[in-house]
Amino acid sequence: MTAVAGRRAAVFGWARFGLLILFVLVFLIPIYVLLATSFKPLTEADPGQAWNLPQTWTTEAWRVAWEKLAPGLWNSVLLAVPGSLLSCALGSMNGYVLSKWRFPGADVLFTLFLFGMFIPYQGVMIPLVQLLVSIDQAAGLQGVFYGGIPGLVLAHVVYGIPICTLIFRNYYVTIPDELIEASRVDGAGMLRAYWSVVLPVSGPAIAVVIIWQFTSLWNDFLFAVFLTGPTSWPTTVMLNNIAGAQATPYSQQMAAAVLASVPTMLIYVLLGRFFMRGLMAGALKG
Amino acid sequence: MRRARTWLPGLLLVTPSIVLIGVFVYGMLGWNFRVAMTDQHDAVSEGRFVGLENFVEIWDLPRWHLSVNHAIMFTIVFVLGALVLGWLLAFLMEKGIRGEGTFRAIYLFPMAISFVATGIVWRWLMNSGTGERAVGLNRLFDWIGLPQWQWFRDPDWGMAAMAIPAVWQMSGYVMALFLAGFRGVPEELREAARVDGCGEWGVYRHVVLPLLRPVTLSALIILGHISLKVFDLIVAVSGKQIITDVPAVFMWVAVFDSNDPAKGATIASYIVLSVAVFVIPYLIWSVRKERRS
Repeated sequence: MTAVAGRRAAVFGWARFGLLILFVLVFLIPIYVLLATSFKPLTEADPGQAWNLPQTWTTEAWRVAWEKLAPGLWNSVLLAVPGSLLSCALGSMNGYVLSKWRFPGADVLFTLFLFGMFIPYQGVMIPLVQLLVSIDQAAGLQGVFYGGIPGLVLAHVVYGIPICTLIFRNYYVTIPDELIEASRVDGAGMLRAYWSVVLPVSGPAIAVVIIWQFTSLWNDFLFAVFLTGPTSWPTTVMLNNIAGAQATPYSQQMAAAVLASVPTMLIYVLLGRFFMRGLMAGALKG
Repeated sequence: MRRARTWLPGLLLVTPSIVLIGVFVYGMLGWNFRVAMTDQHDAVSEGRFVGLENFVEIWDLPRWHLSVNHAIMFTIVFVLGALVLGWLLAFLMEKGIRGEGTFRAIYLFPMAISFVATGIVWRWLMNSGTGERAVGLNRLFDWIGLPQWQWFRDPDWGMAAMAIPAVWQMSGYVMALFLAGFRGVPEELREAARVDGCGEWGVYRHVVLPLLRPVTLSALIILGHISLKVFDLIVAVSGKQIITDVPAVFMWVAVFDSNDPAKGATIASYIVLSVAVFVIPYLIWSVRKERRS
């Protein structure tokens, strides 16, 4: 490489770096706003100080936001933990069969499953509400399936089947068929091979699916707003109500928004690697 | 053909999921379509079959036209914005850069946040107050001498502003897709093109770009289907206001405020159709492609 070309490459390198830093700053603006505003006392709420850091830092807004949001956070835990575990179990079994114990028509079935990943859930919402209402009626219950957490868990588990199946299937395809064959020669049936060969090496796929489902369930708003009532509202609905009320000061809105995002942000920071893989699976890439 | 004994247990194990998907996805899509073809315009009526009447008559509603136009503008700005920004970020990082992991983590983190939380902070940023009352970006623009805007309250361009938070949230994802695409181009191919006398631009134009096509298609499909059903973000930023109405919000209002299941189901069917026309061919294409390889 000539000296001129080398210098040009160096300049280009710095320009790239500079641009990337600029984009980082732009991307972080909302985070600055969230944090700076949430620590402000009400006395600093006037528009003139909108972009300033707080002069007196206070956690008052956080305390109030926590009080208002806590029931929703708890509901979200009750929703997201069982929901993601159940999705994981179903996805793992489906993925195993669709990669290792394929039956005639398995490809067609898989495509039909995948379409379920892309449907706008608006398209099933009205019948879903009617079905959940009639389950409640038939079982002599009130507000359990329609208006309660169990109904919301059911919906998320069912509509999570496609993506969870996809992630597990694409992961299990990489397990050599010989391992299954070997265990079959040893007399193991399908479930035995699953239990002793496939499940022990499923760790990464399980992590990806649980993280993916937990994040989607935690952040979902559409199902929650159609299917739950005031006592079972998860975080997102509560957050929207808190922020939608005219009387709520910005500091509380921002603190509530951060509180609502803490669990998924923690997952992202601690387990970003698995989070990424889930995202890539969403692109049908595996 | 293998014997049924070998594949039957597998089929049995998947049966619960087949039933669930059959009932909850296909059954309910059909049921929704069925409701859309009745005159069940209140909670109690039986619902007489009226064929495609609702699908035709909805076009007489000015609000429907407005929400469709809004969805189209939102989709164009959001999909193009996220695609271009995501591609640019990946292009800048493609050849490896100091601190790449940190850059990637920062561009991607908005994906972990809910659209509702995003909406709350962007509602503040895109506040339409001007002059003394300006907060958010308008205050910032005032300082650096840029004009102040109505943002999502602008009657003509409001939905373009509404797409900004969505671009903020999704462009990191597109970046990750493109980065994987860039890295998937074998170095030998680039080298071969250089030996053949291609400049860096030529290598990019004739080698890299064609190989990025599948990734671009995936990104388009994902962004497109998110865009056509957008709901949370709009509700969090502006609630049910007509000025930012989209089909998904209109449907919500039809079901809960107007108590009109038939109208809600009609809108929902249109949303499903708008997504299905491009997702179904895409799915068939990608499953076929996988089977070939």
